[in-house]
Amino acid sequence: MTTLTLSQSKPVDRPKIKEKYDHFIGGKWVAPSSGEYFDNISPIDGKAFSKAARGNKEDIEKALDAAHEAFKSWSKTSAAERSRVLNKIADIIEENLELLARIETIDNGKALRETRAADLPLCVDHFRYFAGVIRADESTISEHDEHTVSIALSEPLGVVGQIIPWNFPLLMATWKIAPALAAGCCTVVKPAEQTPTSIMVLMELIADVLPPGVLNVVTGFGPEAGKPLATSKRVAKVAFTGETTTGRLIMQYASENLIPVTMELGGKSPNIFMKSVAEADDEFFDKAVEGAVMFALNQGEVCTCPSRILVHEDIYDKFMERVVERTKAIKMGHPLAEDTMMGAQASNDQFEKILSYLDIGKQEGAEVLCGGEKASLNSGLETGYYIQPTIFKGHNKMRIFQEEIFGPVTSVTTFKTVEEAIEIANDTMYGLGAGLWSRDAHELYQVPRAIKAGRVWVNCYHAYPAHAPFGGYKKSGFGRENHLMMLNHYRQTKNMLISYSKNKLGFF
Amino acid sequence: MITDENNHVRRVLITEEAMEVIDTLRKRFGTDLMFHQSGGCCDGSSPMCFEKGDFIVGSNDIWMGKVYGCDFFMNEDQFEYWKHTQLTLDVTPGRGSSFSLEIPMGVRFMIRSRLFTMEELENLIPTKTGEEILEENV
Repeated sequence: MTTLTLSQSKPVDRPKIKEKYDHFIGGKWVAPSSGEYFDNISPIDGKAFSKAARGNKEDIEKALDAAHEAFKSWSKTSAAERSRVLNKIADIIEENLELLARIETIDNGKALRETRAADLPLCVDHFRYFAGVIRADESTISEHDEHTVSIALSEPLGVVGQIIPWNFPLLMATWKIAPALAAGCCTVVKPAEQTPTSIMVLMELIADVLPPGVLNVVTGFGPEAGKPLATSKRVAKVAFTGETTTGRLIMQYASENLIPVTMELGGKSPNIFMKSVAEADDEFFDKAVEGAVMFALNQGEVCTCPSRILVHEDIYDKFMERVVERTKAIKMGHPLAEDTMMGAQASNDQFEKILSYLDIGKQEGAEVLCGGEKASLNSGLETGYYIQPTIFKGHNKMRIFQEEIFGPVTSVTTFKTVEEAIEIANDTMYGLGAGLWSRDAHELYQVPRAIKAGRVWVNCYHAYPAHAPFGGYKKSGFGRENHLMMLNHYRQTKNMLISYSKNKLGFF
Repeated sequence: MITDENNHVRRVLITEEAMEVIDTLRKRFGTDLMFHQSGGCCDGSSPMCFEKGDFIVGSNDIWMGKVYGCDFFMNEDQFEYWKHTQLTLDVTPGRGSSFSLEIPMGVRFMIRSRLFTMEELENLIPTKTGEEILEENV
């Protein structure tokens, strides 16, 4: 294996990051009750760059105390005021976008061009979206008869627990925090232990904007800080993004407390390229090629990574030749360099897991079309977690076609008919994302309807705008994010059934 | 070919390093442990280690045998795609992000896999459901 010599622009400067961060509880910085901190390792070089507080049950209880105190007034705060606060947070993120983008890149390892162009601008937009929808949101009223009126009013659930993944640390936190606060809930947030720093920098920036206790962040390890939050009798709901076993465990805890949960548990998303895609070698064909290469976005660490390419057998050669060529042109390098297209995997254990899948893929007889190895980079990146973007060719029963690798790895197979494409697409435990590429107007509607997934991108992929509901079918979970319907995942309905009649029923 | 006391081929093996982590956790928690193989995003496709009984298994979970004294389970749907491979429970430095017990130690359990041979496939440990295991343990 050769070591790649980097010829690229110089990495941008690292912003000043504190040596350690405490918990953010009740609007204040609170030292962990254990007195302990743990190293936060940057995937760029495998070296610690800051420390995070090692939270435990006691810290979670403090955060819940603060949240319950704050809920008394936040739940009664006007929609106009909650909207103003959310807009203010959006403004602050926008003003500090470059700072937050750089820290997010250091924390997570993804390329700066992605944090600048996707993660942070989307955070801004999602806060603004929820600031907007609550100003137009209305409850319903119905007149049952001339004397009887039913009012269905939405009330916030209360204090909620939110467990955030590490693949888009700030954006995934935003997806959960913005609707909860918009709905009038207070929250205790537990960020992933791989990426505990960027959210604390954000808390520093917005500390004075929110009333104390409305938003609390406790860092720490899953079994020590996540579990007491998920099992607490004092949370009214738990929102989780992660994997199936922890999802089940959180539901098990929720069943003991009889509280609702929302779950986003990943996928194995098919990206389907119909025969008509290659009818012309034009702009659309080029867009479709890019659509297939989107598996490398965020180093493949996306729940909706298009990790299965299904391509019509007649266009396989023409299409895949271009896809492989485009994949080979992905520039890997220092995540903080502006011309880097793909950065580092988020942690060593992810890196090792991805390598184990490259191994099983080869053992199962899949053909490596490109990549297939770790990427050995020099210039100080020798100890970082880099994997070459990889395309396997095989069949849908192979494990690489069925399991979420969560790395820059996709697997391609062919189909002969539309029916076969749909059958392969649906032959999976999961149903989060899917892509359909076609020039045929009928297929553009009928095929997405036949795919059992919550989000089907049609002639596009990996767009996550606010205002488009996002969530899973099958074992990918339930509940939707990014849409005003999310408000109702954080509210319950108070029905007031009112009689305006002065007359008794006459029963007793 | 690594077999159990009945000469059945084991579905899950374990490395020395993983055994040491299990020993440490057993001592720390003073209890038996169990594993449930996860699927899905983030920390998915990794084995989760819990105190025995903490994770409730049922009729849709498959028991794949014991590994170093710990019951090892996987959801039935997932097992359908994994059953032709032998798993080895290993450990690597890392953070993880789940409720798996070893995470605070700065290590993460992981799975390495290899394909069973045709001969091995005919002589594998019979599986049971999670429900059957719970009944046996009563």
